[in-house]
Amino acid sequence: MNGKRIAFRNARLIDPASGLDAKGGLLVENGKIADIGPRLFNDADKNDPEIMDCRGLILAPGLIDCRVFTGEPGSEHRESLQSASEAAAAGGVTTIVTMPNTDPVIDEPSLVDFIKRRAAATAKVRVAPMAALTRRLAGETMTEMGLLMEAGAVAFTDGDRTVANARVMRRALSYAATFGALVVGHAEDPDLSEGAAMTEGEFATRMGLPAAPALAEAIIVERDIRLVELTGARYHFGQISTRAALEAIAGAKARGLPITCGVSAHHLMLNELDVGSYYTFRKVKPPLRCEADRAAMVEGVASGVIDVIVSSHEPQGADTKRQPFGAAAFGSVGLETLLPAALSLHHDGDVSISHILKALTWASAQIMGLNAGTLAKGAAADLVLLDAGEPFVLDERALHSRAHNTAFEGRKFQGRAQMTFVAGECVFSR
Amino acid sequence: MTSATLAPILKSSHLLGIEGISAPEVTALLDLAETYVALNRSGEKKSALLKGRTLINLFFEASTRTQSSFELAGKRMGADVLNMSVKTSSVSKGETLIDTASTLNAMRPDILVVRHHDSGAAELLSRKLDCSVVNAGDGQHEHPTQALLDALTIRRRLGGIENLTVAICGDILHSRVARSNIRLLGLMGARVRLVAPRTLLPCDVERFGVEVFTDMKAGLAGADIVMMLRLQLERMTGAFVPSAREYFRFYGLDREKLGYARPGALVMHPGPMNRGVEISSDIADDLDVSLISEQVEMGVAIRMAVLDALARGLA
Repeated sequence: MNGKRIAFRNARLIDPASGLDAKGGLLVENGKIADIGPRLFNDADKNDPEIMDCRGLILAPGLIDCRVFTGEPGSEHRESLQSASEAAAAGGVTTIVTMPNTDPVIDEPSLVDFIKRRAAATAKVRVAPMAALTRRLAGETMTEMGLLMEAGAVAFTDGDRTVANARVMRRALSYAATFGALVVGHAEDPDLSEGAAMTEGEFATRMGLPAAPALAEAIIVERDIRLVELTGARYHFGQISTRAALEAIAGAKARGLPITCGVSAHHLMLNELDVGSYYTFRKVKPPLRCEADRAAMVEGVASGVIDVIVSSHEPQGADTKRQPFGAAAFGSVGLETLLPAALSLHHDGDVSISHILKALTWASAQIMGLNAGTLAKGAAADLVLLDAGEPFVLDERALHSRAHNTAFEGRKFQGRAQMTFVAGECVFSR
Repeated sequence: MTSATLAPILKSSHLLGIEGISAPEVTALLDLAETYVALNRSGEKKSALLKGRTLINLFFEASTRTQSSFELAGKRMGADVLNMSVKTSSVSKGETLIDTASTLNAMRPDILVVRHHDSGAAELLSRKLDCSVVNAGDGQHEHPTQALLDALTIRRRLGGIENLTVAICGDILHSRVARSNIRLLGLMGARVRLVAPRTLLPCDVERFGVEVFTDMKAGLAGADIVMMLRLQLERMTGAFVPSAREYFRFYGLDREKLGYARPGALVMHPGPMNRGVEISSDIADDLDVSLISEQVEMGVAIRMAVLDALARGLA
């Protein structure tokens, strides 16, 4: 790509980092953003092969998805880094932050190195691996956070598991604070939610499904807020789903604690009733909540208490999903629906488009410490060209992900990625 | 005469739960079952309505009375009956269900009766199979033929269901029998009460249109029917209630507690009973009070009626 130039003209440039939202052009050179401005290329020759006419569509930083499960290593039949990256590119996502819940668990520096090398060799988008917070995700002993950071781990998490033991969590947070490491927590009390497939309430009772009270989330959120207060660690709740958790985090932020949080597209778009008659593709972790909690999540994004929107991309095969609801695995793929789902908040009039894009790009980069998510001069040319108005119906068979277990099958959306660029290279074009 | 020429009774080609069926459908099923009660009490207990049809009993959970009741019902209707009990490990249970379903489908059964430990299993099978599916109990969801046989028993004894007060007592939380009965009794106009300690009541169960009590004296006051539920052994050693003896002291049905109900109130139990845990032996065995044996008899009749009704929709 050395010396390669692409000139984007006639775009609506949105850069959440600087607050820019204006018509203009952008120049890419050597994989980096070389120039950006309202009048750039206005009078350029449209037939120049280096010129790309954006036809007024939005040009924004590529999305950074902070919560992506893949199957590599161990379950490549569900998703490899390569197939996840295909799905990401098709969804306008240029960086995926991967979870350590693989087989083996990413709890050794050599395994972080493996992910980085496999990603470099096979993936179309950037891969930023998280490492385990505790060995084998067992919640007992902390991992070698210093060495794992040196190997390239961007944060530490036990993925969709909560560290049950408060003493272990306290020490892990203290140790993480020593290195300035980010800890990403999952808030779901493991004892209260043991065996549960749904949120406790009238619907779960009607369906006869094992259920856990929604406050299983807030109990852990409140515990971990106190532990952050004690230890000073940087802490990100990977995804929250209830108003009680939102209010606790709003309070913690108001007290100046170094706490951030995310929400999944599923918990923004769906509530427990969407499970319908035992629809296992909508069995996610944490389980879908009541409508009041879903509405609170939208509010949380609008108010900024929720910092980022994530896909919680979790590929599952027919073997684990085509089962009775209680026995089916948790999770839904989401890389290709993250942007359309997030844009629905804009179409519903709840959140501005630049605020949504901030929660998908700049805010994610800030939390994860990534040098990305901006259109600033000199930044990597990771870009998405998106049509925010294009209507479409999601066809699960058209997904690029190896697994097709989407909670949004048949859903009507408006807006999606048209082209995706990583370091100035086009990795997806619709 | 073949069954297909008779008037239809059920709108659906499956019986997956009480939810989704209407009061006229229930009444028609109960009326039809009356004819089978008479048949079962005669010497020649055979009908030929299901002649040539294949009925498969697929049981993933151990069951004596429900499985034998369906088997007998199928045989008395003239069907070929195949019983399959599938022992499952917790690891492979789902695979077994789907795999077994496609295997069975290839054998072209007409009616599949299924019991499974996961809620929604019968519905899942109904989507995968070409035959009619009868839910014989799925997880903690529904057990529709039990509710129907209970309704038949009550109607025969008391002449109707409307405006009766029925107290359902015990482990409501884990009970599919309770869920189906709450739906059916409510549908037919009975006043339903639930009586249990808080740990055995499901969340938001008040919204089912029932009255909820935690005290047997208040819950049974004026009740026409007392329906006891089984409490499984592993649930009474500290997990949901502290001990069997404490449970019997506060929630077990004995003469004293039955005295709170309307004089002449009748007692039901879906079986199998834990004598001395949820019900005392003298009540269980008192034929003036206990409908338990009659429930078993009605079970066969109601299942014959269900098979008859479903066969009317078969091609």
